[in-house]
Amino acid sequence: MSTYFLTRQLARLTKKQLLTPLSFWQRRQWIFFIFISLTLILLWRAINLQITHQNFLQKQGEARHVHTMPINANRGIILDRHGQLLAMSTPVDSVWVNPKQFEQSVEHWPQVADLLKITTKNLEKMVEVRKKKEFVYLKRHIVPELAKKIMNLNLAGVFLQREYRRYYPTGEIAAHVVGFTDIDERGIEGLELAFNKYLKGISGTKRVVKDKQGHIIADVEAVKMPLSGRTIQLSLDLRLQYLAYRELKAAVQQNKAKAASAVILDVHTGEVLAMVNQPGYNPNNHQTRQSKNYRNRAVTDIFEPGSTLKPFTIAAALESGLYTPTTLINTHPGSLQLDKYTVKDSRNYGIIDVSTVIKYSSNVGASKIALSLPKQYLWQILHNTGFGQSTVSGFPGEVSGQLTHYHQWMPAKIATLSFGYGVNMTLLQLARAYAMLANEGILPPIRFTPFHEQENIERYLPIPVLKAETAQQVLTMLKSVVTAKGTGKLARIPNYQVAGKTGTARKLLPTGQYSNHEYFALFAGIVPANKPRLAMVVLIDTPKGASYYGGKVAAPIFASVMTHALRLLNIPPDGLEH
Amino acid sequence: MQANWDTNHFFHLDKPLLLGLMLLSSIGLVVLYSAGGEDISLLVRQIQRIGMGFAIMIILAQIRPQYFLDWIPWIYLSGILLLIAVLIIGQSSHGSQRWLNLGLFRFQPSEIMKISVPLTVCWYLADKPLPPNITRITIALLITLVPVLLIAKQPDLGTALLVAASGIFVLFLSGLQWRWIIGFLSLLPVLLWSLWQVMHPYQRERVLTLLNPEKDALGAGYHIIQSKIAIGSGGLYGKGWLNGTQSHLEFLPERSTDFIFAVYSEEFGLLGVLLLLGIYIFILTRGMFLAAQAQGTFARLLASSLVMTFFVYIFVNMGMVAGILPVVGLPLPLISYGGTSLVTMMASFGLLMAVHTHRRLLSS
Repeated sequence: MSTYFLTRQLARLTKKQLLTPLSFWQRRQWIFFIFISLTLILLWRAINLQITHQNFLQKQGEARHVHTMPINANRGIILDRHGQLLAMSTPVDSVWVNPKQFEQSVEHWPQVADLLKITTKNLEKMVEVRKKKEFVYLKRHIVPELAKKIMNLNLAGVFLQREYRRYYPTGEIAAHVVGFTDIDERGIEGLELAFNKYLKGISGTKRVVKDKQGHIIADVEAVKMPLSGRTIQLSLDLRLQYLAYRELKAAVQQNKAKAASAVILDVHTGEVLAMVNQPGYNPNNHQTRQSKNYRNRAVTDIFEPGSTLKPFTIAAALESGLYTPTTLINTHPGSLQLDKYTVKDSRNYGIIDVSTVIKYSSNVGASKIALSLPKQYLWQILHNTGFGQSTVSGFPGEVSGQLTHYHQWMPAKIATLSFGYGVNMTLLQLARAYAMLANEGILPPIRFTPFHEQENIERYLPIPVLKAETAQQVLTMLKSVVTAKGTGKLARIPNYQVAGKTGTARKLLPTGQYSNHEYFALFAGIVPANKPRLAMVVLIDTPKGASYYGGKVAAPIFASVMTHALRLLNIPPDGLEH
Repeated sequence: MQANWDTNHFFHLDKPLLLGLMLLSSIGLVVLYSAGGEDISLLVRQIQRIGMGFAIMIILAQIRPQYFLDWIPWIYLSGILLLIAVLIIGQSSHGSQRWLNLGLFRFQPSEIMKISVPLTVCWYLADKPLPPNITRITIALLITLVPVLLIAKQPDLGTALLVAASGIFVLFLSGLQWRWIIGFLSLLPVLLWSLWQVMHPYQRERVLTLLNPEKDALGAGYHIIQSKIAIGSGGLYGKGWLNGTQSHLEFLPERSTDFIFAVYSEEFGLLGVLLLLGIYIFILTRGMFLAAQAQGTFARLLASSLVMTFFVYIFVNMGMVAGILPVVGLPLPLISYGGTSLVTMMASFGLLMAVHTHRRLLSS
């Protein structure tokens, strides 16, 4: 139409008209013509943008303000066997800035620094160092209330990131077992690390509307919902854990010991019911995290078991059929010369039977028995008992200890091995060995998660080591240790029968020599001895108090913890005194 | 004297024009509320300015054109002096000196020229029979070009072009011979080239940006890209009032002033654009009608050139926001936030009404 109008107008422009002025009225027509054409151009442009290119431009707009953001998945919680909270995640905020934008509000920096409790100088340095980047954390994991105050300053380039902070309600008590995460909530120690892939969950994504400054204005939709991490239930019984923690800590202070550990196992299922160590740390406070404090010594540290190994030497002897509990051994004169090495008893016990070897903890007796057994046979029994082999509990940093192969065994080696030197292990391995004795000779699989009847996982298959009869015989001998006249008399518990063994092992110095004044005080016990349920081993590293004997230092811890544990677990007494 | 007054007029106001202007400023306030981030105080300030603009329009409408004929050259001359003053003692903002602080308020003398130049050219040409001869054409061009160069020096390219256009429109309307017009048009490339030579680098960049905004999407092309996105994403029906994401998320620059049309288009869509264009066309048509009825060369020339200037405002602003003209910084009449141009705009409508409503007296 406009083309027609144009040609009509131009046709009017005869030569004469080009030389003579148009009247005002004709000019007006031209003006109208120009107005209409230009208006049509505007209209064409509006249609062009708003109809033809609407979708494209709309997408361009969305690309500028709709962003995809990750939604952090909530890390799974950790519970004890009764559902008590051991670890959980609480929402916190981290403040970060975009240095370029943040520099516009330099006059507010002291205010920001003040709120975050950092010096203005530090803040300047943080921004300066990463000036060319677009992301600098100012402070991580602050409480949401403080984060709100910061955002209320309404400064350009200041952003919040919602994160979760791990919180451990039980603090020090279960710290070594539960472990902890790093600031990004990745498990880096203990079971937090072992179960990390179950706990961590899968982060989701969401679409948000951001303004030009990058502030999130609104959540549009969740594209992918985050998948929370799984809840992990542990076999730990927080009540026993607390008891063990309390008693062990008190004992360490009382005996001025360097360190200590204790493990309580369910003898049938191999569940770890309690595992405590000293020194401890508060997992909620990053400053106390030092390797010496957070190491779970019960699985990461090895020691020589000393006399607590004797029951297994005896077990091998009985299992071999070469000995019975009443077989007599001549320990006269209370010492035994092997090459350059002399095995000594604390006194001359004379001729005693096998049971008495355990009761008095005769080194000479144990050595003579061990030397009389086939090397391979003794090794096999000890090996099957789990010495020198990892418990495969899956605990990070677990070590397996050492049991030298019988090919290298010399008589002196066999003798010292029989009473627990020249072999080393973790406290967990020793606890499992005692659980085996209590479990009719079957080595239970070690586990940190509760036992389910239905499960059929190869890793958790029990391993038969001794005949039930043999195990029972050893158990009976161990009962005699915890009597009024036995070395383990302080481990006695009213109304219950306790089977146990004390141990006092000289510490092996870095020089390869045995110390004359530093000891490991040990006690390993099973209760109730007539119908075993629990095995507990206690290790006190270098007691410096009035005594350093296992029977004096470690046995009382067993007694006090187990007295309460038996009541808490409703375990019927087996030794009612009439 | 009373008896000669056109009884259709109330206080010398043209009712249809008044209605159109009121409608437009109402729409302007609605859009401004959204574009200004729902800021009531901003709205109140704009209402005050609109009030002032209407007051000036009403006052000017009362004055008989021949009364202010003698004032025209003096207003023009003082305008020139003020422009020189701006270049010497003016206040800077965004890298150009446009403002003059008069203690009580500050204003842009270049705005006066938007009315003063067409007035002066009309006054000069209407003196002798039309069409003008070469001498008169040359003088008329000089009257136009002196302020244009002074304004371009500030630099304020948009206003300079607008003032130039307003002067040239009068010449065109005065019955300028076609050979002059064609000659001028053929000289246009040369003029544009020389304009390019005197342009500031940032101004050249704006023109280049228009041709290819994506080349520098975060720099010079930013305005155009963002406003095109805003207009385009409005679609047919718009996103609804206060729902424009481009503007509310602060992606769109100058959204309450020069780029307010993008906000309007995003929120009200093509239908809204049609409505707005409709109101503008109504005002323009009425303006042309009034100009056509004007009696006497001066009145006729003035009225028509004022209407044309108004149209240029609309076209340049919408064209620049829609990305078909370079970004020159002209407000959208009666919609954009801002005082000075609103007042001059209303003043020109006041003159238009005065020219129309006093015609009986003029003829008697």
